[in-house]
Amino acid sequence: MIIRIKLYASLGQHLPSGAVKNEADLDLDEGATPVDAFSRLNVPLEQCHLVLINGLFVPPAERPTRALVAGDHLAAWPPVAGG
Amino acid sequence: MAWAKQLLRVDLTKGTCTNEALNMEWAQSYLGQRGLATKYYVEECDPKVDALSLDNKMIMATGPLTGTCASTAGRYSVITKGALTGAIACSNSGGFFGNEMKNAGYDMIIFEGASKSPVYLMIENDSAQLLDASEYWGQTVWDTEEGIKDKHGDAQIRVASIGVAGEQGVKFACIVNDMDRAAGRSGVGTVMGSKNLKAVAIRGTKGVAVNDPGAFIAAANAGKAVLAENAVTGQGLPAFGTQVLMNVINETGSLPTHNHRDVQFDGANNISAEAMAEPRASDGKPNLVTNAACFGCTIACGRVSTIDREHYTVKDRPEYQKASGGLEYEAAWALGAATGIDDLDALTFANFICNEQGIDPISFGATVGAAMEMFEDGVITDKDTGGIDLKFGNAQALTELAELTGRGEGFGAEIGLGSKLLCEKHGKPELSMSVKGQEFPAYDSRGIQGMGLTYATSNRGACHLRSYTVASEVLGIPEKTDPLETDGKAGLVKAFQDATAAFDSAGLCIFTSFAWTLDDVAPQLDAACDGEWTTDKLLEVGERIWNLERKYNMDAGFTGKDDNLPARLLKDAAKTGPAEGKTCGLDKMLPEYYEVRGWTPDGVPSNETLDRLAL
Repeated sequence: MIIRIKLYASLGQHLPSGAVKNEADLDLDEGATPVDAFSRLNVPLEQCHLVLINGLFVPPAERPTRALVAGDHLAAWPPVAGG
Repeated sequence: MAWAKQLLRVDLTKGTCTNEALNMEWAQSYLGQRGLATKYYVEECDPKVDALSLDNKMIMATGPLTGTCASTAGRYSVITKGALTGAIACSNSGGFFGNEMKNAGYDMIIFEGASKSPVYLMIENDSAQLLDASEYWGQTVWDTEEGIKDKHGDAQIRVASIGVAGEQGVKFACIVNDMDRAAGRSGVGTVMGSKNLKAVAIRGTKGVAVNDPGAFIAAANAGKAVLAENAVTGQGLPAFGTQVLMNVINETGSLPTHNHRDVQFDGANNISAEAMAEPRASDGKPNLVTNAACFGCTIACGRVSTIDREHYTVKDRPEYQKASGGLEYEAAWALGAATGIDDLDALTFANFICNEQGIDPISFGATVGAAMEMFEDGVITDKDTGGIDLKFGNAQALTELAELTGRGEGFGAEIGLGSKLLCEKHGKPELSMSVKGQEFPAYDSRGIQGMGLTYATSNRGACHLRSYTVASEVLGIPEKTDPLETDGKAGLVKAFQDATAAFDSAGLCIFTSFAWTLDDVAPQLDAACDGEWTTDKLLEVGERIWNLERKYNMDAGFTGKDDNLPARLLKDAAKTGPAEGKTCGLDKMLPEYYEVRGWTPDGVPSNETLDRLAL
């Protein structure tokens, strides 16, 4: 299945080649989780502070178990803030 | 100690400067800066006063920790009635000016009356005098600051000044210090301009005494260690700055776009922190030059940037090709998403002009967004705009209006009214995205529900810096809450409001609160200051300040009916993103908020609450 992976700030360096504006398509096995997606791209899991699927927060405990579905937008940031 | 225990009263009408002892009894109840200056202001100014009249006063105030070695302890605030809002105004700034003021031996400066001709206040430790500012009137902030330093032959002088916008009565004029740090919101620069006060210049070398130096250094160092070890304040903010939020907030469907018609912006990535770090085609250099820190700050979130020398805004204007402050997130949002413009260099230029002429980029950009909607709806035309094609997404319209508004000229004078008056003038009050006359910052309350309650109840009009529940609802600081839920937000907003009032009154930057709680602040205050300072006392002081501001606003004529949001946010559902189909549930949160505040169902602080807080 194809999902959309979005990696920002320092995580952007782990985007696959061909990524545009911090986004790329990623081909994963059915039932893959956010952790599977991050591991595929060698994204340090401890640096994935804020993780969203389709804009909704995914708690750390659900990241190894939550099944992605085709077309999902998976986004991640290291620890950031602002205002 | 820690307080200088002295204030300077400047009578601009008489041209006198007089030292007074600080009311230390009030300092124990209101701490300093925002709280203590508001107490002085409320005691001395009729709530019905016209913001631009002789009878209005303006106070520049530091906190007890300002000028000490506590991290971020360089802050000062400007307290007055806001020209934009008619409500209590308190605008907080960093940079180095606050430290200089405290080191000159002043906790605050109270300005009253108005000068017949332009003046600036020059303070050199114990010497304070009003000097002729005729040569600076009509000049920009940048030229004024450089001119005063040159005239006095001292590059160490710190200057806070207004640009031409403040002179011309632009309603959201700000006071800019150290070239690009600003007491930005509510029109405090407009008030300063109405007093014919061009600048305040200070050189202070006295130092700041603390009660227990050993204990204070230990407490300050412990606080710095917490900031350094925290991933947000130790790594995230210095590396990426506030602008990293652009993609975060867009992804959560909470990025107000096209004057809040939309909640996501297709061009968000083009104006984000990531874009600022991207090498550009013309010279291979990124927009971002470096990060920067204010006085005593161990976070260093500030951005310093340059504009592409080939960009139309600066190609023939080398004076704007040098590095300067910005973009920060709120400015980038207002100048960009609110107007539908994704030209990073145009936004950077507009932001430079905002700093140079002293206008609040949030209110400016948001007002341009409202004007763009009226232009596209045919409510205003080319004839009104002087030929400017004011369509959403037109970068040249934005940059031209930044310069016109900065000088109060042409259609820029109309933009300078702020969105409320501008939209009312054209019969479209519902298109002003504001509360109490002040434009929203960069978070849509349909996707971050707590911010709706924050905006509606903010004492200085719509503002993110009175209760930044984004920290909890989006970023999970101190703990994650659901941004789409209204349950529990009343208590959350109250907790943020009270704690923020305490931080703002101590002399510290609110960004420390991404890592610190008041448990980290209390030991620093307790070691530095007279009296006993505990977390519980700080929470009580914060709540007291909030209620004092509220009471002043109600005496000024505001009521619970002003705790409201534009109909667009209450009736028009978000079209995309996680909040699709949702409106802001203010009606669910507000009654509970009044209850947890100890206010009547009409939003009036009860006698019991006022008695409990010794108000």
